[in-house]
Amino acid sequence: MSRVLIRGGRVVDPSQSLDAVLDVLLDAGRVARVGEGLESSEGTETVDASGLVVTPGLIDVHVHLREPGGEHKETIESGARAAVAGGFTAVVAMPNTDPPIDSPASVGFVRARGAAAGLARVYPSGCITPGQKGEQLTEIGELLAAGAVCITDDGKPVMNAGLMRMALEYAQSFDLPVAVHAEELTLSRGGTMNEGIIATRLGLTGIPNAAEDVMIARDLLLAQLTGGRLHIQHVATRGGVEMIRAAKAMGVRVTAEGSPHHFTLTDEAVEWYNTNAKMNPPLRSAADRDAVRAGVADGTLDVIATDHAPHHYDEKEQAFEDAPNGIVGLETAVGLAFTELVATGVIDLATMVERMSCAPARAMSLDRFGLGSLREGSAGDVTLLDPLAEWTVDAAAFQSLSRNTPFGGRRLRCRAVRTIVGGRTVWEAGR
Amino acid sequence: MAQELVNPTLGKDLVGLEELTREQITAILDTAETFKEISERPVRKVPFLRGRTVVNAFFENSTRTRVSFEFAEKRMGADTVSISTSGSSVQKGETLVDTARNLEAMRIDMVVIRHASSGSAKFLADRIESHVINAGDGKHEHPTQGLLDLLTIRDHRGPIEGLKVCICGDVLHSRVARSNIHGLKRLGAEVAVCGPLTLMPADVAELGVHWFRRIEEAIEWADVLNVLRLQLERMKAGFIPSLREYNRIFGVTRARVEAAPRDVLILHPGPMNRGVEIDSDVADGPHSVILQQVTNGVAVRMAVLYLLAGGPAHDGEAST
Repeated sequence: MSRVLIRGGRVVDPSQSLDAVLDVLLDAGRVARVGEGLESSEGTETVDASGLVVTPGLIDVHVHLREPGGEHKETIESGARAAVAGGFTAVVAMPNTDPPIDSPASVGFVRARGAAAGLARVYPSGCITPGQKGEQLTEIGELLAAGAVCITDDGKPVMNAGLMRMALEYAQSFDLPVAVHAEELTLSRGGTMNEGIIATRLGLTGIPNAAEDVMIARDLLLAQLTGGRLHIQHVATRGGVEMIRAAKAMGVRVTAEGSPHHFTLTDEAVEWYNTNAKMNPPLRSAADRDAVRAGVADGTLDVIATDHAPHHYDEKEQAFEDAPNGIVGLETAVGLAFTELVATGVIDLATMVERMSCAPARAMSLDRFGLGSLREGSAGDVTLLDPLAEWTVDAAAFQSLSRNTPFGGRRLRCRAVRTIVGGRTVWEAGR
Repeated sequence: MAQELVNPTLGKDLVGLEELTREQITAILDTAETFKEISERPVRKVPFLRGRTVVNAFFENSTRTRVSFEFAEKRMGADTVSISTSGSSVQKGETLVDTARNLEAMRIDMVVIRHASSGSAKFLADRIESHVINAGDGKHEHPTQGLLDLLTIRDHRGPIEGLKVCICGDVLHSRVARSNIHGLKRLGAEVAVCGPLTLMPADVAELGVHWFRRIEEAIEWADVLNVLRLQLERMKAGFIPSLREYNRIFGVTRARVEAAPRDVLILHPGPMNRGVEIDSDVADGPHSVILQQVTNGVAVRMAVLYLLAGGPAHDGEAST
């Protein structure tokens, strides 16, 4: 079926300042027309979208799909299925697999596995340094040619400031964003949660805000120095939000992420050693959470990204300090963004779509492929949201291979009911 | 099995003093008081735990705590087994919870656990039916040490209420400090900490304790000093510049103790680094009650075992 007519939905597309009840016609995998009263012709699949919100396909620029090397946690296929179940039509896969994605061949592997899955579009990222060792640059130009959309040593910071400077300089030949996990390791000192009274009471080594802030400050200065394109991942501190806001005002080329768990939870969620509330950067104070919300609201944090980090049950079923960092996020992101930000009046629905589709497309230059927009000629990637849906998070029902979420049992509003990639429906709720 | 033996005064497990009420702590101390004399008898044995099985699971090195628990268990008549990391299947990659479930499958009543990870005792307690006693979990708590410190202070200074107690040294890494702070606060003591800020946990004041920057000020203020062990590897990690300077600036020395306006009671959880955090003439001097802490440790652990196993209501009952 090559033609799809999505009828009568509220089309919210901030890329063209559109918010109206309209029809969307997809043809040959691309957007053919958006308008009122579009006629269905023979052979056109018609989708009734009345009461639904129709958005350009949502994009998560920060996911861990674990393949190769961690297939017991997630595969590229299961991760891509979790993505479409959560309303995402495209994801950027982090390169900290085993082995890491630091060569053209491994970038090609991720791309091929993603294409074979035929679900969400899977865009690889490549390492900044071979093996994420922080010693020298990868063949960045070759990684780009093989399909990488950004470079990052995510999970690890590039501790050598001089090397980071050169990454930001060298990547400009390819206009590639350099994405960073901002953490000064000598300050985080092997910590496992936010530094503060709860860490003190639980006897856990704390990670101070400064561990993140020092690195954000360094990388903003290096971006300013070099004119490079910096993307700061999962910002969790009020200081980080403030510095990024100030840097943007000065014209530094920086984009940044806010994660659903960081705008929803605080370090109180760790109490009594909940390993599903263990991630890096850690959940922080209420003031930090509120700053992340404000950053998402005013666009300092351009992008909502989940840092989807699946881990096997056995790995999380350990004493807190021994359990790995991270939680799954793809299948709760829409519900959390709507419930925590839209329903509470922090942002409107159009801003949510901007942060989850248009801005992520621009941050990773996926707009060059026609992502993040429903303009005529764009990729036929569409997400249909039911804003009135109320549902309870049930980790056992996840499409992801892993269930490590702190949100199990939580009541959420809004969910993706149909996900269309390249004109093809790849997910329908209840199927 | 285990549930019906739960003493209403203590619950199923002893994970930390933070969760206990003043009444529960007092009940343990009062029970320990009555058990002290058992260790002074020619035949140091009572049948309160006869037929009960206790496993001492020490996944981290310990001599005195392990031996103290073993004496307490044996003097109460329990059957005991001790396992340690080097001889256990944990080294073969078995998880903590699998180890415990296997032990439980052999029908046991209690597990005493020492583990390097904070929260490991609670983790285990939530997953097995047997009673769990925390014998030290990472940097979190060491409740029986806190209790024996309370008992020793009470022996020498009467009611804890209103006493001024300063915990000196490496509070950051100390489970003993956390158990002491919670227990002392619950019983109404004023609590302070003293040491360089590099060894103080974040926001420690929110626990209701005052920080003394200098040991002289702490000693002038305190009725009781609980001097923590300074792990020698802290110097290598940069927390302090040298052991020599630590002793000179923060050490509990005879001159400092004698300059105090009142008789200061000196406690130390051991093992001591003589000449670092405490000088020998203080440790062995008239203010020190360090060996009585060790004696009281056995009584306190007997009391905890007894109360968790059912307490007075279950005296003489056969194990199920």
